[in-house]
Amino acid sequence: MALLEVDRIHAFYGHIHAVKGVSLQVDQGEIVTLIGSNGAGKSTTLKTISGIIRPRQGRVLLAGEEISRLPPHTIVARGVGQAPEGRRIFPRMTVLENLEMGAFHRADRGDITADLERVFTLFPRLRERRTQAGGTLSGGEQQMLAIGRALMARPRILLLDEPSMGLAPVLVEQIFAIIQDINRQGTTILIVEQNALMALSVTQRGYVLQTGEVVLEGSAANLRQNELVRKAYLGESS
Amino acid sequence: MFSPEILAQVFIFGLANGTVIALIALGYTLVYGIVELINFAHGDVFMIGAMLALTLVGALGLTTGAPGTMLALELLGILLACMVFCAVLNVAIERFAYRPLRKAPRLAPFISAIGVSFMLVNVGLFWKGPSPRLFPHLLPSVDLVQATLGTPVSVAFTTKDLFVILLTAPLMVALHLFVGRTRLGKAMRATAQDREAAAMMGIDVNRTIALAFLLGGALAGAGGFIAGLYNNQVHFFMGFRAGLMSFTAAVLGGIGNIIGAVLGGLLIGIISSYSDFYLDPRWTQVVVFGILIVLMIFRPAGLLGESTPDRA
Repeated sequence: MALLEVDRIHAFYGHIHAVKGVSLQVDQGEIVTLIGSNGAGKSTTLKTISGIIRPRQGRVLLAGEEISRLPPHTIVARGVGQAPEGRRIFPRMTVLENLEMGAFHRADRGDITADLERVFTLFPRLRERRTQAGGTLSGGEQQMLAIGRALMARPRILLLDEPSMGLAPVLVEQIFAIIQDINRQGTTILIVEQNALMALSVTQRGYVLQTGEVVLEGSAANLRQNELVRKAYLGESS
Repeated sequence: MFSPEILAQVFIFGLANGTVIALIALGYTLVYGIVELINFAHGDVFMIGAMLALTLVGALGLTTGAPGTMLALELLGILLACMVFCAVLNVAIERFAYRPLRKAPRLAPFISAIGVSFMLVNVGLFWKGPSPRLFPHLLPSVDLVQATLGTPVSVAFTTKDLFVILLTAPLMVALHLFVGRTRLGKAMRATAQDREAAAMMGIDVNRTIALAFLLGGALAGAGGFIAGLYNNQVHFFMGFRAGLMSFTAAVLGGIGNIIGAVLGGLLIGIISSYSDFYLDPRWTQVVVFGILIVLMIFRPAGLLGESTPDRA
């Protein structure tokens, strides 16, 4: 049984029918990507999984249980953590407070301290800046904070929405290396990316989304070889 | 007329009234900070608190005189009752008048708030009638300056002034610590800064918004009781003026900012007091709003307001 199963969901972004019957699944321990161009419905799919948007049709299942009718805060408590598009750091709260908010639904104080240590080990920069306001961090640091904050929920599955957005190439590589580490340490990850090349180089499988529908799926290696993907997303002309 | 004694006396009076304005201003700032709504009915929640206090004072048969432990306990009980009642009232207002309109254009909940304000004013009118009602002189009014120095001086700082400050200060400190240090307080700040991201962190946004209304209502209830005790008069329309003054105080301090609301409240209280004494009470609102307009032109975010961008 898949850890996360998205079953033929239809979702609207405002009045736009942004997601048209998308199905995908992510197994325990996997790292999977959802690629596609701007406006393909990637973020709407993620927001539907995290409960910010309600699907008009279809279901989202976590470990076999339907979560698509639950409010977002309950979905987090069930084990879906998210680093949203645009990072969405709380700008006037410190780095430490931002991380504490990630662990909001948890009551196990001692373990929270341990997880904080884990996040600071993954992102030493955050430890240096822990008393600084989130809004004063650089883009790369904010992305680290967004991922760290999502990890503080101790998610069963981590959703990352465009972690490369607006970052310099060297930072993108650094962030993706850490994402791989997080996956190796046992967290299941679903990454939404426009940077298909980067995403396919660190993930095991991928889905290609076009105008709200999955047009291709397969192993990351196969997708990298696929002509359509190469043309559309990897910047090759022929 | 400008003797130091009189200046000091007017200052003390303004300080005491300013703390009550600050209590109400905190409710405006908490709510605005989290849902960007000017809760126009907030001043009237304060009025309802004062009315309830008067009713309870009557029900307990408290009249002038006889200070003692019993009276202190009874007053504390009334304070708590007013806080709880107004907290629940404010949460109910949010639940039924504002929450259904949360996704509507911003004007809609504001109009709804004006409607709630009219409803509360009329409840007050029906409850206590159209003329000002006397609130019994329950607080001993011993001049502490005279008691300390042994000789009469023309400045009086009475036990009544002290009482108001002793009652309001801990409430403000408690609120500040709650919002700054506790898990729920931090959740309130997170929700205020980015509601959707807060939901993605597992924060129940509806409950957190209700909490802001709960705290604001409790402070307004406390303010109503304290204003009655201090000014010895309640009136169904008292919430309108107090509301305007407090809203101005919140904007002056920087709306959404807790310390700013307290600072703004004290400033407005003191400025009003000087204006009442040296100009004329009828000019006070002109003075207060004149200051507000000038401040808004030169410092639109208020004294302590955040003018930094929200996102890098």
